[in-house]
Amino acid sequence: MDYLRQMWNRVRAFFHKEPLDADLDAEMAAHLEMAVDENMQRGMSPDEARRQAMVRFGGVQQAREKQREARGLPFVDVLGQDMRYTLRTLGRDAGFTVVAVLILALGIGANVAVFSVVNTILLRPLPFPDAGRLVRISTVNPPCGESCRTYSADATREFQERNRSFERVSGYFAFTGPDNYKLMGRAVPLPVTGILVEQSFFQTLGVQPMLGRLFLPEECIHDARPTVLLSYPFWKREFAGKRDIVGQAVNFNGTAVTVVGVLPETFDFGSVFSPGAKVDIFTPYVMSDFENDGNDLALVGRLKPGVTLAQAQEETNSLFPTLDGDLKHPEWKPGYTGHVIGLKEYVSGRLRRSLIVLWSAVGMILLIVCVNLSNLLLARAVARSREFAMRSALGAGRGRLVRQLLTESLILSGAGAALGLAIAFGVTEFLAHQGSIALPLLGSVRIDGEAVGWTVAIAVVAAVLFGLMPALRMASGNLQEALKDSGHGTSAGRKHEGLRSALVVTEIALACVLLVAGGLLLRSFLHLLDVDLGFEPARATAISLDFDDGQKRTARAGQWQEIIRQVKTIPGVETAGISDNLPLSRNRSWGISAKGVEYRPGELQGTFVFIVSPGYLPAMGMRLQEGRDFQWDDNEPVVIINKTVARKLWPGQDPIGRIATAGGADARVIGVIADVHESSVEGEAGWQMYLPVTVPQFGPEGAELVIRSALPPGTLARSIMASLRQIDPGQPATEFRPVQRLVDHATSPRRFFVLLVGIFAGLGLLLASLGIYGVIAYSVTQRTQEIGIRMALGATRGRVQRGVLGKTLGLVVAGVGVGTMGSLLATRMIASLLFGTAATDPLTYAGMVVLLMAVALVAGYLPARRASRINPMIALRTN
Amino acid sequence: MVITQEDYGEMGDSKLNLLQGTLDLMVLQTLAAMGEQHGYGIARRIEQVSGDEVLLNQGTIYASLVRLQQRGWIDAEWGVSDNNRKAKFYSITKRGLKQLDEDVEYWQRLAAVMGRVLSAGSRD
Repeated sequence: MDYLRQMWNRVRAFFHKEPLDADLDAEMAAHLEMAVDENMQRGMSPDEARRQAMVRFGGVQQAREKQREARGLPFVDVLGQDMRYTLRTLGRDAGFTVVAVLILALGIGANVAVFSVVNTILLRPLPFPDAGRLVRISTVNPPCGESCRTYSADATREFQERNRSFERVSGYFAFTGPDNYKLMGRAVPLPVTGILVEQSFFQTLGVQPMLGRLFLPEECIHDARPTVLLSYPFWKREFAGKRDIVGQAVNFNGTAVTVVGVLPETFDFGSVFSPGAKVDIFTPYVMSDFENDGNDLALVGRLKPGVTLAQAQEETNSLFPTLDGDLKHPEWKPGYTGHVIGLKEYVSGRLRRSLIVLWSAVGMILLIVCVNLSNLLLARAVARSREFAMRSALGAGRGRLVRQLLTESLILSGAGAALGLAIAFGVTEFLAHQGSIALPLLGSVRIDGEAVGWTVAIAVVAAVLFGLMPALRMASGNLQEALKDSGHGTSAGRKHEGLRSALVVTEIALACVLLVAGGLLLRSFLHLLDVDLGFEPARATAISLDFDDGQKRTARAGQWQEIIRQVKTIPGVETAGISDNLPLSRNRSWGISAKGVEYRPGELQGTFVFIVSPGYLPAMGMRLQEGRDFQWDDNEPVVIINKTVARKLWPGQDPIGRIATAGGADARVIGVIADVHESSVEGEAGWQMYLPVTVPQFGPEGAELVIRSALPPGTLARSIMASLRQIDPGQPATEFRPVQRLVDHATSPRRFFVLLVGIFAGLGLLLASLGIYGVIAYSVTQRTQEIGIRMALGATRGRVQRGVLGKTLGLVVAGVGVGTMGSLLATRMIASLLFGTAATDPLTYAGMVVLLMAVALVAGYLPARRASRINPMIALRTN
Repeated sequence: MVITQEDYGEMGDSKLNLLQGTLDLMVLQTLAAMGEQHGYGIARRIEQVSGDEVLLNQGTIYASLVRLQQRGWIDAEWGVSDNNRKAKFYSITKRGLKQLDEDVEYWQRLAAVMGRVLSAGSRD
């Protein structure tokens, strides 16, 4: 209790310094007067009385200080003193301060930006309520793309009824392509992307509409009134954010559809389920409409509270194999498997390793920054050694000096952190708006409270890291020596040279690791770009055609033929074709087998199927290895297969002319094409088959016109659109997409990653070279006298230059040596991220060594030149 | 008892240096015995009562006084001394008296224990 009162009084006293000081002075004056009086009464002379009084009193200043210490907050006082002093000294040395703050800002800013990205993508839970209970149910080891991760409508309904672990199970139709709807009611129909969702999809996720309501059960049945939910950005863009949109009818594809609600701004379907895609609207998935459609639902579930993943997995393992694929075809026993995986893990688990590598890289940058700053501070401290010696001699304890220097580091670090936070803010804002990078959750990257906290933490850690060593070194000097030191060129200046060299070697080693990692990743990426995709994206452009699902199939072939004929007449168009799906976009799979052959379960794989027109294969630059392309008069079922299928179904034989069972029909094989990467650039090509649109049995699910032309797409766009509109006036204003863009989109995450690591490697190199320059330049300055003596004794300029450069090379060689060993260890971590490149690729290592040497030579050249220009007479005379 | 102090210089090793806690206690005792007194008077009284065995830079009393004041154990008021000098007078409070009793008891116990322990192993 008394202690509290004392604390309170201390705080009050802190703010009333002047009156309390005046009070004390008065008191002490009175004390002395009374002492003098007493002494004089005893018979001393006035002078003697006063002298004795002062002696008995002790030091007046000391008494004042002790009283001040006892009454106020001495800690705060000292801190204030240190800070004012620091600001003064930093202000005097503006050049140094600016450089230090800038490189700190870069290091800290990069760290905070990467932390935000890692936090959003890996650490933070998904933006749904109680997101920990959300799971995705996917097949185990799907041999093909999306179509193997899906389940049929009947199976889903059955699972919904029979399961006991899930509060809700729902899903969405996994085979939507972009621009599958048209918004009518305007001069040019607007292409719109929509996803069909199962009735309880949004309830499962826990998403509440911002306006209106979600779908009702009676809107999700066959022949129900058409309804739609709008996404927030679409509503803002196309309906000007008008709140009365709810209940209004909008014309999609010629049908009046009622808008029942608008989804909240925070909900972004693409960001979680389909990175890089933008979804505009949502419509109900009517189970009964898709009963015979095979597997097309991607499943999402919410566990009941208290149910663990393991328990749900057990139930899934027992239930799934028993589910019926199609109630109307009970002979189809799909033997489903289900892997229950946390939704967050599903969305971003793949990226964990890359993100950790990124985080490590940026951490290394911060280390390099700290080492660099440590060096700078050491050099500065040497220049101030006399100042510290003086303070020490006047009574400052070692702790006080260290505290002073740490305050300097903290202030530098704080300024760097503030600037770095601004940089990070800019970077994250930029990243969040990059819709073209196919990384999940990228749109919600932002600087939040956690990022700010992280900034403060790294600022403090960095300050301690780079400030502690110079502080300790500085505060423990030999007083005598420092006070006598005449300035440059003598032993005190050389005292820290070993330490500084060691620091630079560390910097070089760290930069080395970064450069090797960056180099390896870059080579992987270049290898990736070299992959033979099986088609030529270079001069091909694609445009989505108006596709009417209900159109009679016989009419469709005729329409496609007419379109292609018209488009080919446009000058500049070399060749054209139509397919229902493009590579590296959505895909679907059917089954194929050799007719009459018995297959064991598991031997056949889901086969990617493309319904194409004649001319599509050459338009895409796909290579026919055997046989021929489709023709417009192919009325019987025929099929073109890829090499993998040919090898599997007719090993060692010629497949041309053989009969295959494809898509339920008997089809004759008329051609074999080289493998095409249909689902990813990095993976293996799967089983593929191409079926002609001319055979009415095979129903395409879209229409993409592909044009091959040497001219840029922009020049042809208008004429092509005109031709299309001539044939079909309802053609919406779909975009002309260069096929190369599909490839770029597929490789965009890797490109992004390589770009970032490359930037960090470059930054590390820059910092290391600055470090080298600093150390060499400083050492030349320190040794001016010595060099002068040497030159006076006969050393030539060349000799001096070579000496300095030799020293530089010595540092670099040491750094590269340590760095190479470090790289060999570190690159093991990224081995799984490499593509076609070994972690010990000698070309990369050699390249890095050469680069570092070259940079070091450049960095050392300027000081070397300066050294050789030293005039011995002047050098010997100056101090 | 030999008690060493931190940063006051050595001014003769025949006298005892004082810890801040013990000085505070002496000030309290002085005020309890003498009633209201100013800083000079307290310092002189301590010198006299301790038989000049205590090494006291009189100025250090002011740190002690401000500490005791902040804890609420003494009160202060400007007044006039006998010689018609303006001086700040201190008096002990009720809380201060209580604290004094506790401290005195503690010291006496401590002195007794130390005396016993030190004489038990003494060389004769």
